[in-house]
Amino acid sequence: MVSFLRFLINGISLGSVYAVIALGYTMVYGIAKMLNFAHGDVIMVGAYISYCAMQYMGLPPIVSVLAAMVVCTALGVIIEGLAYRPLRQAASLSVLITAIGVSYFLQNVALLIWGSNPKNFNSVFSVGAIRLFGGELVITSETMLTIAANIVIMIALTLFTGRTKMGKAMRAVSEDKGAAELMGINVNRTISMTFAIGSALAAIAGVLLCSAYPTLQPTTGSMPGIKAFTAAVFGGIGSIPGAMIGGLLLGVIEILGKAYISTELGDALVFAMLIIVLLFKPAGLMGKPMREKV
Amino acid sequence: MKMKKKTLSNLITYAIVILAFVLCQWLIASGRMTRSLKGQMVPICVYVVMAVSLNLVVGISGELSLGHAGFMSVGAFAGVIASAWMAGAFAMENELLRLLLAMVVGGVVAGVAGVLIGIPVLRLRGDYLAIVTLAFGEIIRNVLNCLYFSLEGSRLHVSFNNPNLPGTILVNGPNGAKDVAKIATFPVGFALILFTLFVVLNLINSRSGRAIMASRDNRIAAEAMGINVTKYKMMAFVTSAVLAGMAGALYGLNFSTITAAKFKFDTSILVLVFVVLGGIGNIRGSIIAAALLTVLPELLRAFNDYRMLIYAIVLILVMLATNNPTIRGLFTRLVPQKHSGTEIVEAKGGAEE
Repeated sequence: MVSFLRFLINGISLGSVYAVIALGYTMVYGIAKMLNFAHGDVIMVGAYISYCAMQYMGLPPIVSVLAAMVVCTALGVIIEGLAYRPLRQAASLSVLITAIGVSYFLQNVALLIWGSNPKNFNSVFSVGAIRLFGGELVITSETMLTIAANIVIMIALTLFTGRTKMGKAMRAVSEDKGAAELMGINVNRTISMTFAIGSALAAIAGVLLCSAYPTLQPTTGSMPGIKAFTAAVFGGIGSIPGAMIGGLLLGVIEILGKAYISTELGDALVFAMLIIVLLFKPAGLMGKPMREKV
Repeated sequence: MKMKKKTLSNLITYAIVILAFVLCQWLIASGRMTRSLKGQMVPICVYVVMAVSLNLVVGISGELSLGHAGFMSVGAFAGVIASAWMAGAFAMENELLRLLLAMVVGGVVAGVAGVLIGIPVLRLRGDYLAIVTLAFGEIIRNVLNCLYFSLEGSRLHVSFNNPNLPGTILVNGPNGAKDVAKIATFPVGFALILFTLFVVLNLINSRSGRAIMASRDNRIAAEAMGINVTKYKMMAFVTSAVLAGMAGALYGLNFSTITAAKFKFDTSILVLVFVVLGGIGNIRGSIIAAALLTVLPELLRAFNDYRMLIYAIVLILVMLATNNPTIRGLFTRLVPQKHSGTEIVEAKGGAEE
């Protein structure tokens, strides 16, 4: 029972990281209608920046996280402006291939700068752990912070998209780009803003991910990226609460599957769940059903 | 006798492949080809077949598949096991026959996988379909990591997650197959390309091919015309899986070790890049792009550390250039309008909006 609780908490913690990454995917997809495969690599860059800020410049953890956010935000906006904006009218496959190109680019630049040897990421947070059931169940500070960060981000994003002018503009652009432009919304700026927010979230996700799993190398971001993308689709891509629920469920399924069924098949279970959900709800758990028009 | 335009275009494609083969054979025979490039010959054939077969799904049938390497891995393992079994159980010495039979087995097994995966996948649309093919590719890789095969005399043993099998181990879970008899040859690879072209080009220019393309261009209109969209999409998907499986068997029998990790998501993406750079729906483009891009990292070896970086930059720049209206306009003025793949790309881009 205690071990089940432990796995469950680990799952929620991993799921929270997936959820933060998935939020970035889902916002970009909702607005730019593109699969940003480079998102996972922005996570990796964020983690490296934070690592360098702490290791080489001796900055306090919280400043290093902020530095990572600033760099990733700039990176996201630059990538969007240089690589994706010229392809706004292009076929979606061209955009996908460009995103893959950007992903390779980031990985290889990281490889040149930081080398292929994995870096040992020191946890950013050291608050102390909670011990329950006479010390049998340990909840680490990373776990608590990850879950807390997830909840804060979720509330902030919901308020942002619901209440602010920019948030409303984002929803309008995701609904209908042309009509939004006619209403005086600057579509390009809105999309840039989405990339900025998504990339800042990616930086946070990178730090959280590497605090829990402390090996950092240029390919660190790709598998969590793919899984978070799966989580976004699982919850209904384009939907913010969907990304949240998808991420959490995926994390829990992965950890429980690895613990109770088979270590080798943990990832396969995650993907199998995705397929089953999509067969019964083709637009994901919280996605709006697509209607076909002639 | 006046030939149809399409027949002529297909003949040119065959001619390019045959000429390239003759040229390579001459280079090898006269000793002008470097060792490393010679080693690339079979992989080039494999990737050409992979690209052409993926183009059948992505370009002709219009469904984005991100799990093509999954079929390749199924074919590779089936082929390697079949080859070892034939050698062990029937003492089959003829390597060519064994290779051909192994490719058939690889194709059939991958085809079965294609049917099983196609049934759920083809019910979905667009990006959801893409993510599910990605998911299946990852599931295949994970499951292959748990499979163990061994040969005891003429009996084949299989187990799941249990490495203790009697006899000699053929496939050892995550460690894959070791000491594979390297029986793949360049001429067989060339023959496989011709076979693939024959199948794909004839399919495209048949009644079924027109039905497949009609379903791509407008699903609802095609359904209204009485076309069974699912059936034709399935036909393209399974044909593509069979060809990928055959290519996989050839690939598996070209190396002494083969592991499931070789067929990651990256491999699927690599093949997709060939298809997109060669022109979606353009079979000849796929062949050229696959051959050039497989050799490119080899040619860039002088840049060593920077070669993948250069590859990434080339990829982004080509995408930006081909979609830039100014460059496109310049290009169409230089090259008079022809009936080729670019039209399909444009038609597809329009249909997707």
